Amino acid sequence: MKIKDIVELLNARVIVGQDQLDSEVGMAFSSDLMSDVLTVETENLMLITGLANVQTIRTAEMSDINKIVFVRRKKVSDDMIRLADENDMILIECDYSMFKASGILYQSGVKPVY
Amino acid sequence: MHFEFQVEGGNFSKAGTASSQLKKILKQLNVDSRDIKRVVVALYEAEVNVVAHAYQGVIIIDIDTEKIRIRIEDEGPGIKDIDLAMQQGFSTASELVREMGFGAGMGLPNIKNNTDELTVTSEVGKGTNVHMLINFSI
Ligand SMILES: Nc1ncnc2c1ncn2[C@@H]1O[C@H](COP(=O)(O)OP(=O)(O)OP(=O)(O)O)[C@@H](O)[C@H]1O
Ligand SMILES: [Mg+2]
Repeated sequence: MKIKDIVELLNARVIVGQDQLDSEVGMAFSSDLMSDVLTVETENLMLITGLANVQTIRTAEMSDINKIVFVRRKKVSDDMIRLADENDMILIECDYSMFKASGILYQSGVKPVY
Repeated sequence: MHFEFQVEGGNFSKAGTASSQLKKILKQLNVDSRDIKRVVVALYEAEVNVVAHAYQGVIIIDIDTEKIRIRIEDEGPGIKDIDLAMQQGFSTASELVREMGFGAGMGLPNIKNNTDELTVTSEVGKGTNVHMLINFSI
């Protein structure tokens, strides 16, 4: 599935990475806990989270995650945008709950890590 | 190659800058991406621990063609029972640290999981030293 499909399914907004709408997403992981995200070994994965701060971006950087969907109407800050830009990331804002966003994507074929 | 970085305790906005710089260095050295991930995840966990639990610290890194050795030495409260701290789920993290998405007691076990050698030593009231070694796979 492509980023542009995800944006449509989740009625979401791309904040960083407008030039990467054709980028492919195969697997996703949903968590607000960065300690958990750091234990995931799968590569090339999309993170779905309600935690919006600079450490979310740092954690993604270290974990080789370059696509993040922020759920629950969380807003991406300027510092987060700067850091995401430096790392070629895609940041998406979505008004749905984590459960709803994850459910829609799962049903549409995005695979879980485990 | 030798590098050193400073870490400020309590400053979450800067947590991870050393790990980020090391990641760039390892990429330039053409280290395998899976090895890079192991190294930077382990260092990031240790760096966040200094920010979350200590006052200040220094990161000392030595890289050769086969391996990377990292020492994180901090001034801080130290760890009373290291065996307990190494257990998954043990955490004394503050509310602030939890709000930042950390404090699940998973960092030290995750460092262990990503390194080939790990030694944690600590003196209560003085500080903590974390030494890790990762052998490159190719
Ligand atoms: N550098 C340090 N100085 C003092 N205490 C530390 C230090 N590193 C770890 N600790 C102690 O060991 C505990 C366990 O550390 P660990 O990294 O496993 O979990 P955490 O930092 O609490 O949570 P997480 O890593 O999941 O965000 C900490 O809660 C703290 O009590
Ligand atoms: Mg920790």
